[in-house]
Amino acid sequence: MDDDFIGTLFLTGKLAAATTASLLLIGLPVAYALAYTRFRAKGIFEALICMPMVLPPTVIGYYLLVAFSPQNAFGAFLENTFDLRLAFSFRGIWIASIIAGLPFMIQPLQNGLMALPDSYREAAYTLGKSETVTFFRVLLPNIKPSVITGIAFTFAHCIGEFGIVLMVGGNIPNETRIASIAIYDEVQTLNYDVAHKYSLILFLISFVLLTVIYSINKSFKLNSLT
Amino acid sequence: MIHINVERKMLTSDGERKLDIAVDIPKHSFTCVCGNSGCGKTSLLRMIAGLMKPDSGKIVVGDNVVYDLSKKINLPPQKRHIGFMFQDYALFPNMTVQQNIAFAQSYDKDPALIERLTATFGLDMLRKQKTYKLSGGQKQRVALARALASKPQILLLDEPLSAIDEELRTALQDEISKAHRLFSATTLMVSHDKAEVARMATHILYIGKEKIRSLQNQLTIDNG
Repeated sequence: MDDDFIGTLFLTGKLAAATTASLLLIGLPVAYALAYTRFRAKGIFEALICMPMVLPPTVIGYYLLVAFSPQNAFGAFLENTFDLRLAFSFRGIWIASIIAGLPFMIQPLQNGLMALPDSYREAAYTLGKSETVTFFRVLLPNIKPSVITGIAFTFAHCIGEFGIVLMVGGNIPNETRIASIAIYDEVQTLNYDVAHKYSLILFLISFVLLTVIYSINKSFKLNSLT
Repeated sequence: MIHINVERKMLTSDGERKLDIAVDIPKHSFTCVCGNSGCGKTSLLRMIAGLMKPDSGKIVVGDNVVYDLSKKINLPPQKRHIGFMFQDYALFPNMTVQQNIAFAQSYDKDPALIERLTATFGLDMLRKQKTYKLSGGQKQRVALARALASKPQILLLDEPLSAIDEELRTALQDEISKAHRLFSATTLMVSHDKAEVARMATHILYIGKEKIRSLQNQLTIDNG
């Protein structure tokens, strides 16, 4: 295997790991707020979070590319103030992947929290525990399957991300060229062998991740019933 | 003593009605809260615990004002020092019996009390067991031990025996009475069962359609 092949796989894994870790940190408080608070604009927030599921990735990619462009206000602000250029960079595709992965992390977490009886939180409060302690000691451990599902779906989705990464990052080796883009590129140049290697690896990773999710969730359910 | 003077609008199957209660619950008493389904028994307990906000009024526990609309006081449940036993027990499935009970004690640890509680309620053999593996009666005992582990001034029991079969019920009634005496708590227990009320209560708070201004000393209600 050549360095380019390894580099592309490493970059794919790095992007998926960074995106999943970021989304877990963002997703936990957002899911908590959506599960337990009521506010007027909640429906709008929920719709916005779900948009990446229904919109073509190129639509979000296009808007992000426009926003990140130094010729526009936001991109120019980032470049002039922080010397940061997001278009066609790893940071840019990282942010784009976070936005594209929002529903895959937040929805399982929110559904998991909403499925818990209210009495768990209330019991913890009457036992003198703060909301933070209640969240980390009572709620989070009892939505383990949802957390695992969120992590695995986000990771798997990010590995398979194509349109949004191509729009925002292009196809720069060792910077923005992830495996799904490399497959497309190799097919275009008739390198079917390399395309096949990438495809098989992505297939196996996704298959293993989904098998792990279903096995863990099944054993969690069985443990709860016995 | 618990001074309760609260009003709250409630939506029932018969339409909207107002829960209007002004009573004093004597210290160390065992008060059974009775009334038809949907009359506001659980709501009353939740208002005392700080899990539900009254529309108006005042709740004073001993010298501690826990709710007073006129002074904008509404202490959160964490600061009310109550022990609340939920109808579904609300035991945390991720924790063992011991961990559930000890969870009530993070700031003021008293391992001796946990030992005493597990011994009193016959939980010694189940300490390391996860709570989702327990029977209904065992869950009830753990929930009671956990509610007492923080040494609460008030013990609020929301139909703790509703899901327990008749045979076990009497034994658990004795355990609740024992816990009440042992920890000198002021206890309020929601109950539908007349025999249970007659057996356990020193005072009765019957919630009907009228305003409530006093407790009863014996069960004289036909439809309670």
